[in-house]
Amino acid sequence: MSSPLLLSGATAILPAAAFHDLFALLRQEGFQPVGPTIRNGHLVLDCLDGPDGLPRGWTTEAEAGRFRLQHRQDTAYWGFNLGQESWKKFLFPARLPVVTAAKHHGAISYAPAANHVPPYAFIGVRACELAAIWIQDRILLSGPVIDPHYAACRQAALIVAVNCTEADDACFCASLGTGPAATAGFDLALTELCGEGGHFFLVQAGSERGERLLAHLPQQPVQEGQWQQAQTLVAAAARSQTRSLATDGLPGLLYDRTEHPQWDDVAARCLSCGNCALVCPTCFCFSMAEETDLENVTASRWRLWDVCHNLDHSYIHGGWLRPSSKARYRQWLTHKLGAWLDQFGCLGCTGCGRCLVWCPAAIDLTAELQALRKFPPKE
Amino acid sequence: MLPRPFRVVQYRRELRDTFTLTLEPWDGPAEFSFRPGQFNMLYQLGAGEVPISISGDPARPGQLVHTIRAVGNVTGVLQRCRPGDVIGVRGPFGTPWPVAELVGRDLIILTGGLGLAPLRPVIYSVLANRPAYGNVEIIYGARSPQDLLYRRELERWRGRFDLRVHVTVDSAGADWHGNVGVVTTLIPRTRIDVLHAAALICGPGVMMRFAVQELMKKGLQPRDIYVSLERNMQCGLGLCGHCQLGPFFVCKDGPVFSYERIGPWFEKREV
Repeated sequence: MSSPLLLSGATAILPAAAFHDLFALLRQEGFQPVGPTIRNGHLVLDCLDGPDGLPRGWTTEAEAGRFRLQHRQDTAYWGFNLGQESWKKFLFPARLPVVTAAKHHGAISYAPAANHVPPYAFIGVRACELAAIWIQDRILLSGPVIDPHYAACRQAALIVAVNCTEADDACFCASLGTGPAATAGFDLALTELCGEGGHFFLVQAGSERGERLLAHLPQQPVQEGQWQQAQTLVAAAARSQTRSLATDGLPGLLYDRTEHPQWDDVAARCLSCGNCALVCPTCFCFSMAEETDLENVTASRWRLWDVCHNLDHSYIHGGWLRPSSKARYRQWLTHKLGAWLDQFGCLGCTGCGRCLVWCPAAIDLTAELQALRKFPPKE
Repeated sequence: MLPRPFRVVQYRRELRDTFTLTLEPWDGPAEFSFRPGQFNMLYQLGAGEVPISISGDPARPGQLVHTIRAVGNVTGVLQRCRPGDVIGVRGPFGTPWPVAELVGRDLIILTGGLGLAPLRPVIYSVLANRPAYGNVEIIYGARSPQDLLYRRELERWRGRFDLRVHVTVDSAGADWHGNVGVVTTLIPRTRIDVLHAAALICGPGVMMRFAVQELMKKGLQPRDIYVSLERNMQCGLGLCGHCQLGPFFVCKDGPVFSYERIGPWFEKREV
């Protein structure tokens, strides 16, 4: 890999001690910073007052069916990878009222639900997460139907990406070309340099807005050694990934192998809990729920995340189209790595690895796809 | 996409559990244009939304007609609607039957149970332009003589010389003098030129699967067979994900598909 980092755009060195200034500047510009933080022992995404809210000095250990937060030896701000929450939490919330209805004098009126959309500054968006946002943009912004809440949220949000200098065991972004370096879709991207040479951020601007912000930050010019160090760290994060997902033959491979014995094998392990879809940063299925007052005069229609592992996802009167957990897991994987390509021209997977980390049965989609590639059944 | 308020102008009991609502726009006399085979999301405040195919005459866009079977929460509440009540309508959604494209061809319109409802607009359109089509054969199957939907209309259509209507029921008492058996047994009786015929099918999944096999045995090509599919739908916009069938969103890529397109998925189990 010659140059994992983006070479265009303004770059500068921001001393770690001046990290507060970035938050202050964002607040001054009217943004609400949100990013990773530890709440009740969990790594979540939430509002940040400043860099002190970040999980500084913590790291993540993420493997199939296992997630741990551990202390680091150093005081790096970004020495961890992903928690279970993705930025979908803000852009495509798990629960959102979308329509209100009211009866009055025999008539009924309908109105879009009023949802406050704060101008978020997403702090610490990893490359795989930028890919996830890019994918959801294709689904929710590219028409013919545009999700108004997503559009408003996306329009208002500022993105500060962070290049990964370490990878978790669950990561496989390098094989999909979605990471570990942020190459597009951000306003600012940080690469943390923390070692004997001091504690700095290499800051790259990815948009005009980013360049404007960067110009207001206390900065030093980038030295060749720092640039090299950043390149080396990010390249190492890519090289250290042991998992990979080969995409050749998709989607036809999955369409042709709906009766492969591997589906029975995975069904024997899958609990149909839906964790994989809930932590997935690209899954977009939702159900509608009706909420009324006691007199049945006003109602709100809520959009709630749904997952295809739920039995009721395929319910039509008289029964379910996918009654077996085998069929439901097959639907999830075939959609993610197959049908998605036909529907949106891209995979539904970014290589973030959350689905395997948060699976209580440690089901690893990269391994499942590999198994599906082997022993092709006679059809 | 917001629902639009429609007033119920007629409630008609069709069968024990099936009824027809005729709706007019509450907010004015504006027309509601649709093409045969499309569906709407009907919304009843407090209950929710359901996808229901449009079963009225496309040449009369001033009135919106839906035939509904009360099988769940929302349809159960819709069954209690009476003239004057207001419900919400979003639509029309989905792909239509290729009525105009089939001009000049022989047609087999093959339906079972409530599947007649989404095909009734086709029958209206074809009859309105009857000379443009070749032989038209309607095959309809129901569980029993008491379950025949649109019975008076079926009898009227059966009385025409330019239409052949075959009706069968799964079981019947001694007072039934018609056919007994599944709809596929009637396919060999149709008089069509298989090289210039098309079949439009809507009914229970099993019925459609066997009907397709029988039609292909008769010589029809997959591209000349059209089916209308049913899936869980919560948005109608291809976003909620529930109606997926392989690469398709049935709500926007369907519900009407040519068998050539949907065939490979139609035959798979639990997809």
